[in-house]
Amino acid sequence: MLMPKPDEAVLRNREALVARLERAVPGGVIGAEDARRAYDTDGLSMYRQLPLVVVLPRSTAEVAAALKVCKEMGVKVVPRGAGTGLSGGALPLADGIILGLSKLNRILDIDYDNRTVTVQPGVTNLGITHAVQHAGFYYAPDPSSQIACSIGGNVAENSGGVHCLKYGVTTNNILGIEFVTMDGEVVRLGGKHLDSEGYDLMGVLTGSEGLLGVVTEVTVRILQKPETARAVLLGFPSVEAGGETVAAIIAAGIIPGGMEMMDNPALNAAEDFVNAGYPRDAASLLIVELDGPMAEVDHLIERVEGIARGLGATYCRVSTSEEERAAFWAGRKAAFPAVGRIAADYMCMDGTIPRKELPRVLRRMTEMQDEFGLRVANVFHAGDGNLHPLILFDANNPGELERAEKFGAAILRLCVEVGGVLTGEHGVGIEKRDLMTDQFDAADLEQQIRLKCAFDPDHLLNPGKVFPVLHRCAELGRMVVHKGRMPFPDLPRF
Amino acid sequence: MTVLKPDNAAQVLEAVRWAVAEEQPLEIVGTGTKRGLGRPVQAAHTLDLSGLSGVVSYEPEELLLTVLPGTPMAEVTALLAGRGQEFAFEAPDHGPLLGLPGGGGTVGGVVSAGLAGPRRFKAGSARDHVLGLHAVSGRGESFKAGGKVVKNVTGYDLPKLLTGAYGTLGVLTELTIKVLPGPETARTLVLAGVAAADGIALMAAALGSSAEVSGAAWVPENLAFPGLPDRTPCAVLRLEGPAVSVAARMTHLRAMLDGRAAQAELAGEESAALWRAIRDVTPFAEDPDRLVWKLSVPPAEGARVLDRLLSACPGAKAFLDQGGGWIWLSLPAGDALAGAVRGAILAPEGFGGGGHATLVRAPEAVRASVPVFQPQPAGLAALSARIKAQFDPKGVLNPGRMTAGA
Ligand SMILES: Cc1cc2nc3c(=O)[nH]c(=O)nc-3n(C[C@H](O)[C@H](O)[C@H](O)COP(=O)(O)OP(=O)(O)OC[C@H]3O[C@@H](n4cnc5c(N)ncnc54)[C@H](O)[C@@H]3O)c2cc1C
Repeated sequence: MLMPKPDEAVLRNREALVARLERAVPGGVIGAEDARRAYDTDGLSMYRQLPLVVVLPRSTAEVAAALKVCKEMGVKVVPRGAGTGLSGGALPLADGIILGLSKLNRILDIDYDNRTVTVQPGVTNLGITHAVQHAGFYYAPDPSSQIACSIGGNVAENSGGVHCLKYGVTTNNILGIEFVTMDGEVVRLGGKHLDSEGYDLMGVLTGSEGLLGVVTEVTVRILQKPETARAVLLGFPSVEAGGETVAAIIAAGIIPGGMEMMDNPALNAAEDFVNAGYPRDAASLLIVELDGPMAEVDHLIERVEGIARGLGATYCRVSTSEEERAAFWAGRKAAFPAVGRIAADYMCMDGTIPRKELPRVLRRMTEMQDEFGLRVANVFHAGDGNLHPLILFDANNPGELERAEKFGAAILRLCVEVGGVLTGEHGVGIEKRDLMTDQFDAADLEQQIRLKCAFDPDHLLNPGKVFPVLHRCAELGRMVVHKGRMPFPDLPRF
Repeated sequence: MTVLKPDNAAQVLEAVRWAVAEEQPLEIVGTGTKRGLGRPVQAAHTLDLSGLSGVVSYEPEELLLTVLPGTPMAEVTALLAGRGQEFAFEAPDHGPLLGLPGGGGTVGGVVSAGLAGPRRFKAGSARDHVLGLHAVSGRGESFKAGGKVVKNVTGYDLPKLLTGAYGTLGVLTELTIKVLPGPETARTLVLAGVAAADGIALMAAALGSSAEVSGAAWVPENLAFPGLPDRTPCAVLRLEGPAVSVAARMTHLRAMLDGRAAQAELAGEESAALWRAIRDVTPFAEDPDRLVWKLSVPPAEGARVLDRLLSACPGAKAFLDQGGGWIWLSLPAGDALAGAVRGAILAPEGFGGGGHATLVRAPEAVRASVPVFQPQPAGLAALSARIKAQFDPKGVLNPGRMTAGA
């Protein structure tokens, strides 16, 4: 993966930079090499890079001060939350600082009357739910990494979770943010009220992967826990039957709280790991969770069962207790580490496809296993078409990492080819950066970069991520004007 | 004054390129039903998109609809209803409020105005449902953004930026929007005889419960809504979903609020008519000379802000939606009282206060002189202006619609 060429002048100026940062963020600057080493990678751990300096601010003011120093000295900045990102968004740059938000970890305000929680960005996703669960509330988006990942990282990646088909992803669950621009200016959007005024900047900051601003405060909405939740395990003799069942459930007007699918290799790996009671011989396994009042859940479970049996389900088990429901999920939630046990290494892909293309995509992936000589296990947010093929490989075998990466790229291209997209929730980062041209043409990407130019015209904030080519903003601003006649003069006018 | 009426995206591109070359600003319209929203546009030419009409694809099982922006809302609503689906954000029909017949408007207009109805707090607004789009920027370039799947984080979420931008950043030429199953049934609990502050407390209790309330409004004694008792202030709570579920949640809700107000229920068409009136702000449609504001504030502060509004604005009438978070305010014809209205919003302090006010209906001259949208702090305004310049450097798209001079 090619990163922008380090700026020699910045590297030479390191000592002056450290001195100025220490004044801006007293006691929060890490210069020693072995301490910096802890920040050299994120969840995409095959890429490592020692950062120039690590800065750990404790307040919005310190974030702003650090950014001002970097702006003045022309130094690049990579924001970092908990470092669980899977696309390399927090991969350091040799000539850039890591701006770590982990010390901004306070819950600032809990407001049950307005049903909001306001937190600093380093608070973990699950930390929000923990703070309000004694009152029966929770924060709905639940990435599998929720014990560790930060809410700031969730905003930057617009993270999802297994319950997002019904409850939405991050962008649908936040009401306000505060962020700091590369100039060090603090901007607040929204609050406890609905809709931020003017252009929807909260909408574009969310999912901007640390390229537009550093998020320093987040106000989320919280919900009361549903009265009950029950899950049903459905096993199918083919992947197609599982896919058809998903479509039929949605066509019947049912939006389950969660609807997850695993293929045979994934469900077996999970079963080996946690003994969830999955039917090992099923070609595909669906977990469908219904939540709400008891009466609704019972009613809908019956309908889901009926639909699944009508489409050939060979296994059907409904959870009868909270423990059993948790056990059904334990396998799915541990699917990544479970697959991690059956292979030396694995790479988690994250494309979204139109659901109807699932059989075709899985068939093609099976063929590709032979072409690339590597195996894949599939877990799938079935309700919204978000695929997580896990490519198994062994990085100690020469050439296997490269082959796995090529396989991954081929899978993502396939997603785009069938009308889908490169990433459903993990972000582009560096991992999918060079595939962006498969999904977007030059004009699409240029317009996205122009948005970046409005926030950070010098490309100092997390450069080398998301966009394959960094156009200079001055060049992008130039306009080609086509002088011409009044358009389509033959059309009727009024 | 020229009206350009393209039939397809290529012609839209040609029209915008001409406007850029000649530095001739365009007013962009669908069928013009929302011309009364926002600031009046200063443009000699109109780009009429009603010719870009039609459904490109509708896939109910994928929860996806792709349409051309000029497609009438009425057509889309009927198409979706045929499969038991809808836009979950309940777009209001502001026609009657703005002095026009109901049932008009296009999908592009709804998206550009970023509309939402009573379900806003639960299901979101148009911005939460627009998944992908094609547009022509004010640079005279076509681009696409987002995608045609329900879950996507590839690249910046430009669809959110263009939704609610009133056509000032790009001319929409195609939209992909998420659709959802409509509720099987709906019932409304009416809590009669409660003042605003009590109404808000009751709504907060309901919204903070597991009853999955999908509408929470309070109406005063001096506004008439269908199905509600005369001259009685009421809080109303809507439950939607499968009949068994609604019945169970209604029982739970009634028990929870027992003894705090007189209870009554509306079902079927009666319930639907009430929520249509709340959504479309129908009581304010009747007196077209009065001015209408919409305020968005923290819901728990709704009653305090309402009190401040009523004492600062003589002759004001108002009702609350979103559990108190939206205040629909009607003022006698004349001065828009922008200072008093915006001054009623509590100043941000600690973690309370804040919000914004939009002048929704006023004569053109008033909308040209009073900031229709909440003025932004300098830093945010400068950032918004830089974004506008990146999408429309020559200012040819709906100049002045959101901010004076931009
Ligand atoms: C086992 C495992 C399971 C996972 N499951 C899911 C899942 O179910 N759903 C899902 O969506 N994701 C999942 N992820 C991915 C990851 O956890 C999410 O992307 C998460 O939101 C990243 O948060 P973080 O705090 O670790 O961010 P980091 O990895 O530190 O950073 C991610 C990106 O955000 C930027 N960033 C971080 N904080 C800020 C800030 N305050 N301001 C501006 N930019 C910032 C960084 O620059 C970087 O580009 C999983 C990861 C793992 C390892």
